[in-house]
Amino acid sequence: MSERGVIVDNPYERLSREQVELIDKTSLDLLENPGILCYHEESVSLLEKAGASVKATREGEHDAWWVRIPAKVVKKALETAPSIVTLGARNPENRVVLDAEGTRVHFGSGSETNYWLEVEPETYVSKQDGHERVFPVIKRNRGNVDYLCRSAHLAEQLENLDFFIRNINVQDEDITTENKDVNVFFASLNNITKPVIGGVADFNQLEKVVGMAEIIAGGKAELVKNPVVSFITSVIKSPLQVVAETAEKLIAIARLGLPVVISTSPQGGSTAPIDEMGMVAQVNAEALTGIVINQLANPGAPVIYGAVPVRARMDDLHDMYGVPEFCHYNMACAQMARYYKVPCYSTAGVGDAKVPGIQASVEKMFTFTAVPFAAPDLIHYAFGLLDKTQTFSPDQAILDNHQIGMAKFLQRESGVKAEEADRTKKMIEEVMNSPYRMYARYARKMLRRGQIFAGFPFEGDAEDQDQTLLMVNEKLKEIEGKEPQHLSEDICHRIFEKTPGLLPRLNPYSK
Amino acid sequence: MKEKLIESIVENVLQGRRNKDDEGIEEDFAGEPGVAELVQEALDNGIDTNTILLEGLSQGMKLVGEKYETGEYFIPDMLTAAEAVEAGMNIMEPHLVGGDKNEGKGKVVMATVEKDLHDIGKNLVSIMLKGAGFTVVDLGIDVPAARIVEVAEEENAGLVGLSALLNTTMVNMGDVVKELEQKGLRGQVKVIIGGAPTSEDFAREIGADGYGKDAFAAIRVAEQLLQAKGES
Ligand code: B12
Repeated sequence: MSERGVIVDNPYERLSREQVELIDKTSLDLLENPGILCYHEESVSLLEKAGASVKATREGEHDAWWVRIPAKVVKKALETAPSIVTLGARNPENRVVLDAEGTRVHFGSGSETNYWLEVEPETYVSKQDGHERVFPVIKRNRGNVDYLCRSAHLAEQLENLDFFIRNINVQDEDITTENKDVNVFFASLNNITKPVIGGVADFNQLEKVVGMAEIIAGGKAELVKNPVVSFITSVIKSPLQVVAETAEKLIAIARLGLPVVISTSPQGGSTAPIDEMGMVAQVNAEALTGIVINQLANPGAPVIYGAVPVRARMDDLHDMYGVPEFCHYNMACAQMARYYKVPCYSTAGVGDAKVPGIQASVEKMFTFTAVPFAAPDLIHYAFGLLDKTQTFSPDQAILDNHQIGMAKFLQRESGVKAEEADRTKKMIEEVMNSPYRMYARYARKMLRRGQIFAGFPFEGDAEDQDQTLLMVNEKLKEIEGKEPQHLSEDICHRIFEKTPGLLPRLNPYSK
Repeated sequence: MKEKLIESIVENVLQGRRNKDDEGIEEDFAGEPGVAELVQEALDNGIDTNTILLEGLSQGMKLVGEKYETGEYFIPDMLTAAEAVEAGMNIMEPHLVGGDKNEGKGKVVMATVEKDLHDIGKNLVSIMLKGAGFTVVDLGIDVPAARIVEVAEEENAGLVGLSALLNTTMVNMGDVVKELEQKGLRGQVKVIIGGAPTSEDFAREIGADGYGKDAFAAIRVAEQLLQAKGES
């Protein structure tokens, strides 16, 4: 079993059993009427064979089918879907075992952001008092493959990061549709020994990515046993539509027997109802649709219930992550996945703010505190994301690592135990009879056992300035100076030989 | 034998073990002799008090201080170690005889001033001063100026340490200075103050000799003042 993440003691159940059943029933009703609009022919025929009723239609330039999925088809899929899914890793100790019936929560990165924030300390002279002060200056750069390598390397060092999803969109000139996926997966795998999860942009590259993973795992069967890569498919376009291209990938991955996240991300207020009941009923129906297609393609294939419900901003209809409704949606989805006994992929820690600072900290800490209480198996988007997932800041990722540490500590098992009562009484009696009536001696014991939270590690001593970002930036430089955990020369050599399209500059052993 | 005993005293100060009933930091040493028992054994073996104090207790506390500086130890470790030193000092006390009765680095009367009940910070300062080798007479909380001065005189203390946490009670610190002047004791008794609302400026204002922002500063200032006094 995996030791990573944190076991949530007594998960919070926002919904009662009746409410969970009500959502389940409503979602199943929705799948029958209006049903889903499916653009992928093979999915349609799988569903039809299983008992769904199908009606062809035309949506603009595309063929499409209205598919009404009966409840029994969904129930059957939920029966065959495994409740335990293992995410493999280059280092077997870093494997993550998802148990839908357990309460262990894991945190990871994610989102393909377009920008990377670079922080540089700069010295300014005050016009008022002539004093020099150092301030962090933030520059926003376009994402590239080098930033991705640096991110994976950073992710390797962050102790609260359990899985890696490529966090930055690579926009180098030599990256094309034909070579993007292989380079993204290679850049990730070559810099981190934790589980790597990712989407494949181009179906034709799936085979190459899997081939690369097989070389690392040591063969086809070995890869299924230790899936060093797992996939994400955004198979749903909300509301309730199945996208042709992604469904194709979903089916292919199911048949390879590799873990896949069904990810659906409706926006409350635009592509889904904004109210909790409406949102959760729809997003749940969407996740179930993906699971059904996956299980029809390969019954028993490892699949993860991925719900990424967000709320719309009322002034510009952008996504919003740092709001209470976001927590309501996500906590409810975690409960639904638990009810179905399918591992859950959830979200917390995205800042709507554009830069690290007060707003980002408020938004992040808020969801970091709330969502894990519902005990989803995976929490993605948790490191470095700002500007509603448009921007990645490595400095912010270090801060998030700390905030997640706080959230994890909060989830710990309670210390109130029958066997502690005598010790407690003895301690208090002793202190009452001591000269200064101080408990420091006893605090020290817990301190040594690592049972006392260390506090904020980036606390500056200036009285007129917040120095956190400057201190974090020093920490980042220290982490970036560490030796990367590259794949071996032999494995790199074989991967480069077998994988066309890899950029030679990514090979750490090329002269 | 002698070296081993002194070494054990140092080790037990680091572990913060007052006596045989205390556990240590890393492991459970309960049952093995602590500082009190070891100091007694040292005395029984004819080791002189000065050696026990300087090479054992103070040396242990010095190492504790170094560990604090490097971030290995925290305040609870310092306090616990200081308590162990105090336990050793209590055993030594009857043996510190005669006119040259060794008071370590000097004698300090500590108190929280009248109408003020806050004592966490004051206790911290007291315990740390003891751990640093001072003899501390702690009068507790809500102590009238007259009483503080009376005890300082009785005990022949070189230093009075005053604590106040309320801006309404800090003025009572000035009364202690005045009372000392009235009794003609100002020349022999120095005064240091501390507590959140006080400051260097405030100390100067009321005519105190020093201010400490925390327990470490308290030790530093106390050492300076008592040393300067000894030299003058
Ligand atoms: C704990 C506490 C209490 C506890 C005290 C328990 C106890 N055993 O001491 C209780 C609940 C009893 C209490 C009561 C009250 N409190 Co109160 N209390 C505090 C609190 C939260 C922490 C103080 C503390 O222990 N700090 C930790 C220690 C380690 O720090 P420290 O005391 O500053 O000591 C360090 C240094 O100052 C220095 N130092 C201290 N003394 C000395 C002495 C020397 C010689 C030297 C060199 C150095 C030194 O070294 C120490 C170690 O580093 C403070 C808030 C604050 N931030 O200070 C309020 C505070 C001091 N209390 C306050 C108030 C208003 C009260 C009450 C009036 C509340 C009420 N309405 O009942 C009562 C007053 C009771 C009374 N008559 O004294 C106010 C004072 C405002 C003001 N007027 O100045 C504060 C600032 C809170 C606030 N912001 O409102 N309080």
